[in-house]
Amino acid sequence: MSDVAPRVRRTPLPYVLLVPATIALAVALGYPLIRQVVLSFQEFGLAQQFGKPPEWVGLRNYRELVTDKYLWVVTLRSLVFCFVNAAATMAVGVGLALLMRHMSKPVRILLQTGLLLAWAMPVVASLTVWQWLFDTQYGVINHLLTQVGLDYQGHSWLLEPLSFFFVATVIVVWMSVPFVAFTVYAALTQVPEEMLEAAEIDGAGPAQRLRHVLLPTIRPVLLVVGLLQVIWDLRVFSQIYILQKAGGSTRDTNLLGTYIYRLGIGGGQFGMAAAVAIFMLFITVILTAPYVRSMLKQERES
Amino acid sequence: MARAPRRSLRTTANVVGIAAFLVAAFPVYWMVNSSFLDRNEIRSPTPTWVPFGGSLDNYRTVFEGDQFLDALKMSLIVTILTVAVALLFAFIAAVAVTRFRFRGRMSFVITLLVIQMIPVEGLFISQYKMLEAVDLLNTVLGLTLVYVALVLPFTVWTLRGFVAGVPYELEEAAMMDGCSRTQAFFRVTFPLLAPGLVATGVFGFIQAWNEFTLALVVMTKAESRTLPLWLTTFSDVNRGTDWGGVMAGSTLIAIPVVVFFLLVQGRMVAGLTAGGVKG
Repeated sequence: MSDVAPRVRRTPLPYVLLVPATIALAVALGYPLIRQVVLSFQEFGLAQQFGKPPEWVGLRNYRELVTDKYLWVVTLRSLVFCFVNAAATMAVGVGLALLMRHMSKPVRILLQTGLLLAWAMPVVASLTVWQWLFDTQYGVINHLLTQVGLDYQGHSWLLEPLSFFFVATVIVVWMSVPFVAFTVYAALTQVPEEMLEAAEIDGAGPAQRLRHVLLPTIRPVLLVVGLLQVIWDLRVFSQIYILQKAGGSTRDTNLLGTYIYRLGIGGGQFGMAAAVAIFMLFITVILTAPYVRSMLKQERES
Repeated sequence: MARAPRRSLRTTANVVGIAAFLVAAFPVYWMVNSSFLDRNEIRSPTPTWVPFGGSLDNYRTVFEGDQFLDALKMSLIVTILTVAVALLFAFIAAVAVTRFRFRGRMSFVITLLVIQMIPVEGLFISQYKMLEAVDLLNTVLGLTLVYVALVLPFTVWTLRGFVAGVPYELEEAAMMDGCSRTQAFFRVTFPLLAPGLVATGVFGFIQAWNEFTLALVVMTKAESRTLPLWLTTFSDVNRGTDWGGVMAGSTLIAIPVVVFFLLVQGRMVAGLTAGGVKG
């Protein structure tokens, strides 16, 4: 790209072109970010909401949070949920992508159509359908499980926290697999056929070709896709929020996102909510750093 | 060589493929199927697998009263405004970073990347406070503002690729023929970008149309609901959820998205990997 781009010219034009986007981002994200940092050092609860000036409390919100066991429970829960979901999504997605190479063409097209449909579904629509599938009284899943002889008549899936998270995981994995499968499959089709043939001539079986040729070649794609899953699964909000509304115990199923929402917008404790949000941003930065670095490396190479 | 294992691999792959297809597609099928079933079929101990003799009653229920239409109007206005503003701002920003070399160019690109990774949950508290302070909660303007910031980074990132894909030599050639730089850009490059602009715009549309979290935070009143908010309240009826109605609502919300998505996804897959957007 760099050799076709125009030479350096001293003109203010590019800066002028960036002004609208920069202003929009500064107003809608930059200002709230600063505001949030300020808020996290203030006592800002219901009294302040009704006009009392906010009071500076230094690190008190953070101190309160760090010593509150519940924050750590929620954080740990979020991280476990995030890694379990990312791992499950990657396993299913990569597995399907690898198998797609061996399917007969009609089956592959059928599968790709199904995955595209699942991918295209709006999050909220998917969530309502899955709630209906898992419905206690008339849900198909309970019906089918009862048919095969298990006692799932009138079973409530959202009542128990573990079962609640199982349902959430099924939904999140169902929604995220298509992206992984398509991206990894696209990467696999880029692996030169000659490399595989050469390995076959050298006597490598399918498993060895997978381990020594295919996986190493698509490693960069796997890393980026995996990292994206981790980042996305850390911020599941709609899924958890909507399932909680459908009947989960809020306290036992809160993840970071819903916890912030309930503290702040639900409970009016804006100072505390801001502190948790800053904490969440901090975790995101740590998780995101390798992704940004790898994207920049690609950027410089192109 | 090794014929038998290869054939069994193919069989396994096909079986898994068909099973995976069923799991992927069944919920979508079930949504459409249930939307045509009447109350008795929905509330029956044995599910009705195919909507033979189905009715449109559930759709009629959805359109009864103004709630759905109000939410539809709100969603359309906010989504179209968001896409228009984001596309315009992003397009000129993309031109700046691809067609010019200047100090700060790289920092701008890096900032976009980082912003894309910020979870909305990380900022919605202070966005709420900000909009509250200027009386923009429950307004089209308020939601559009946060939506523009939500789709803008991805839009710039993708458009950048499309602009860079049009060789600068084409513009240079036009300039040799006597066009000014601006003329060259609008007569030569711009027409070639049209498909990219449409695809990116459609993708922004899908994102804004589907968005739930920020809408929940900004639109706190029942009369300013967008479609996703309307759908979740619709399923929250205490006397037992009207699943037929909910599925009809879901189907109505999903149709435009599925159609649009299938139209643009081929073009966008590359951008998706590079950009990193998803709800």
